[in-house]
Amino acid sequence: MSDPVAQLIFLIVKAILMPVLIITFVAFVIYFERKFAGFFAGRVGPTYLGPWGSLQSFGDIIKLLSKEDVTPLRADKLVFKMAPYIAFIPVFAVIAVLPFGPVGGGPNLFGHRFDYVIANFDAGVVLLLAMGALSVYGVVLAGWSSNSNYSLLGGLRAGAQMISYELAMGFSVVGVVLMAGSLNFVDIVNGQAGNFWEWYFIPQVVGGLVFFIASIAELNRTPFDLAEAEQELVAGHLTEYSGMRWGMFYFAEYVNLVVISAIVSTLYFGGWRAPLTVLDFIPGPIWLFLKMIAFIFLYMWVRWTIIRYRYNQLMSIGWKVLLPLSLANLVVTAIVVSLQG
Amino acid sequence: MSAPHDLHEPSERLLRHDASPPEGDGRVREKDAGSVRSSATDATEDALSGPPARSGGRGFVPQRPPTPPGSLFAPGVDPDVVVAAEAHAAEAHATQAHGGEAHAGGTAARPRPTLEELKARKARTRGLLERNVDVMTVSMGPQHPSMHGVYRAELDLDGEVIVAVRPEIGNLHRGVEKLCEQRTYHQIIPLTDRLDYLSGFAMNHGFCEAAEKLMGLEVPPRARHIRTLSSELCRLANHIMWLGVHIMDLGTQTFFSICFRDREYVLDLFEMLTGARLTHSFARIGGVAKDLPDGFEERCRKVIDFLPKRVAEYERIVKHNRIYYKRAKNVGIFTSEDCYAWRVTGPPLRAAGIARDLRKDEPYAAYDEVDFEVAVEYNADVYDRFLVRMKEIRESCKIIRQCLDNLPPGPFLSRDMGHTLPVKRDVLQDSAAMIQDFYQVFRGPQVPKGEVYRATEAPKGEMGVYIRSEGAGTPARVRFSTPSFYHGQAVPALVEGEMVADMVAIFASVDVVLGDCDR
Repeated sequence: MSDPVAQLIFLIVKAILMPVLIITFVAFVIYFERKFAGFFAGRVGPTYLGPWGSLQSFGDIIKLLSKEDVTPLRADKLVFKMAPYIAFIPVFAVIAVLPFGPVGGGPNLFGHRFDYVIANFDAGVVLLLAMGALSVYGVVLAGWSSNSNYSLLGGLRAGAQMISYELAMGFSVVGVVLMAGSLNFVDIVNGQAGNFWEWYFIPQVVGGLVFFIASIAELNRTPFDLAEAEQELVAGHLTEYSGMRWGMFYFAEYVNLVVISAIVSTLYFGGWRAPLTVLDFIPGPIWLFLKMIAFIFLYMWVRWTIIRYRYNQLMSIGWKVLLPLSLANLVVTAIVVSLQG
Repeated sequence: MSAPHDLHEPSERLLRHDASPPEGDGRVREKDAGSVRSSATDATEDALSGPPARSGGRGFVPQRPPTPPGSLFAPGVDPDVVVAAEAHAAEAHATQAHGGEAHAGGTAARPRPTLEELKARKARTRGLLERNVDVMTVSMGPQHPSMHGVYRAELDLDGEVIVAVRPEIGNLHRGVEKLCEQRTYHQIIPLTDRLDYLSGFAMNHGFCEAAEKLMGLEVPPRARHIRTLSSELCRLANHIMWLGVHIMDLGTQTFFSICFRDREYVLDLFEMLTGARLTHSFARIGGVAKDLPDGFEERCRKVIDFLPKRVAEYERIVKHNRIYYKRAKNVGIFTSEDCYAWRVTGPPLRAAGIARDLRKDEPYAAYDEVDFEVAVEYNADVYDRFLVRMKEIRESCKIIRQCLDNLPPGPFLSRDMGHTLPVKRDVLQDSAAMIQDFYQVFRGPQVPKGEVYRATEAPKGEMGVYIRSEGAGTPARVRFSTPSFYHGQAVPALVEGEMVADMVAIFASVDVVLGDCDR
């Protein structure tokens, strides 16, 4: 078997396997969220379906699929039906550029080279930001097309929020890009080779924090879950959705959670690399997985602990705190990097 | 600490055996209730000037605020307010000393804003308000996650800012007041705890206090202590649940369950004491239904030792939480003047710096025999309402402990043949008790002609009961003037100019329960 054919087969396998793995994982992430929420609140969470309720998400999916799909009478039907897909698809696209193990080097599988990344894409970071911006459309269009006041308010909030936080997010990522000298995630991980003190979270501590906070807003989770804001806007942009269309938004949110956790790990915490080089015998995907779980837990912890910000406070944090911080971080990083040559 | 309580409040004016009531009480009260609706709608057009300060209405006579340094009524305030305050100066002077005392205790170090400062702060939050803008009308409720029942508010929004609010109540109207006219006094008691179903006993208690005033019935000391204890347990349950709901409305659902878990301890106590967890129906005309059960005291002591620690924990989580501070500080400012105008009582009034607490001002049950402080804060915002309620939880624990310590021996139900139901055990053994039981159940208590208004301090505010009797075993008219109604009608004045997110926070902070509001 010639190498290009092998690479093609590997690519197809990866392209099918990764989304399937992520979706399966997301089902459990939803279960974890509910279980953790229960523990935080002194409850037990789901217990009925499967051992310790672990199959709860699959039950939910069956329930959502069997529910009636209601479209409001005066909704813009086409946009209303498209919006869940617009929210759902871009978050998957980012998976393609995230390395989950070593890339390049000699033959390592069946006498061929197996790259632990779906697409070794040079503009990975740009793709990440572009897809993040695209997925906002799903929320905004959902809010607009539902023809409901709550949905509209939720959609507007989501639009304004994501635009302002994407700026801070983008600028904080540029710090990492400058240090790695590349927009490719593979190079960014390679730039963090070595023990954990080589990782970017130490030099990029400000950028990392800004990125983390902005990513919470990007994920629509408390304290920045203003688009959904159950207590104020009933369910925000999701108010009029039912059945699996609602389920797709919900699912997209959690896929986004998993992907953003992977991105934070990749950008600032060495990606698939072991914290100490002595631990390199454990495969890279496992390290990435562990880091993702840690961040997912962190996101959940924040969500179930902190009170929601008000709209104007959210805006002032985004524009007056996070954006200046990320810009300052960018300037300092640029100077230091250029001085080091 | 107790003030002479017959000087300043119409609610104390007992009109027993008197067919010609002086002006006030019932009739004006009815009028007040009517004007409530009109003023609520007026306010949507004219939020800033607020409703006219009512000076003659007997419905709620504001206590004159104390005038220590930093008084709320500093010289040079709005003349209307001064008039309103002066009108009641004569009646209120008796409580002034007490109010000053409460001010002096408590929080001396914290800076106290003057009324002017509070108004300026309020005006700042109203600065976002623009007139004649394109508004989007949103119907909030009755099916809304944070409307605490079936309250409905039509919001006119300019972006995120609330331009106008039109509240709508009555979705939970059950005609309790009308039902009362067809039942004997004993049968009314189970209706009352459906009013504010989160603090059922306090509602029973309020009604019984009024009925006993009307009948001139003396309640035995043990019963008075048990009533005090149960009322304070209600306050605990209510405030703990309020906290959970309030924080949930601000966005964290975790706290809701944590608070519910702690409320369970209090509900368990109630289950032990009354057999019911929410609708206790435990008070009786002339006492309470049962004595304290075996083991109750021990368990109750455990709970009240444990709850203040919990409160400290809540405070650690919430009070110093930066986001909570930002969300609650200077939000929903409702000055003492506004409170008078809208008849807002209870914790929101005390958070506005007025040491008004009927437990102190007009002691009923055993409140004059226990030592406690009135919780007062001065900033009149959501944050201070939270502080007041947290302090009240501690004070309630203190009161309960004192009630348990000083529980006098003796009967728990008055032995008055004409007005009270006999103890069930006696009915089966004693012919006189059987006759009494028969008489009470079929004919009702022997109530003289007359009318009475009695207010008690329910957890949510002042709960007034007006009863008019024409000498039968059933009252001719009963009116409950419950705090949630007034707090619910004040919502337009509270939230206009604030943002949508604050609407839920403020609505929760004045503590409205729709069963209490709609009756």
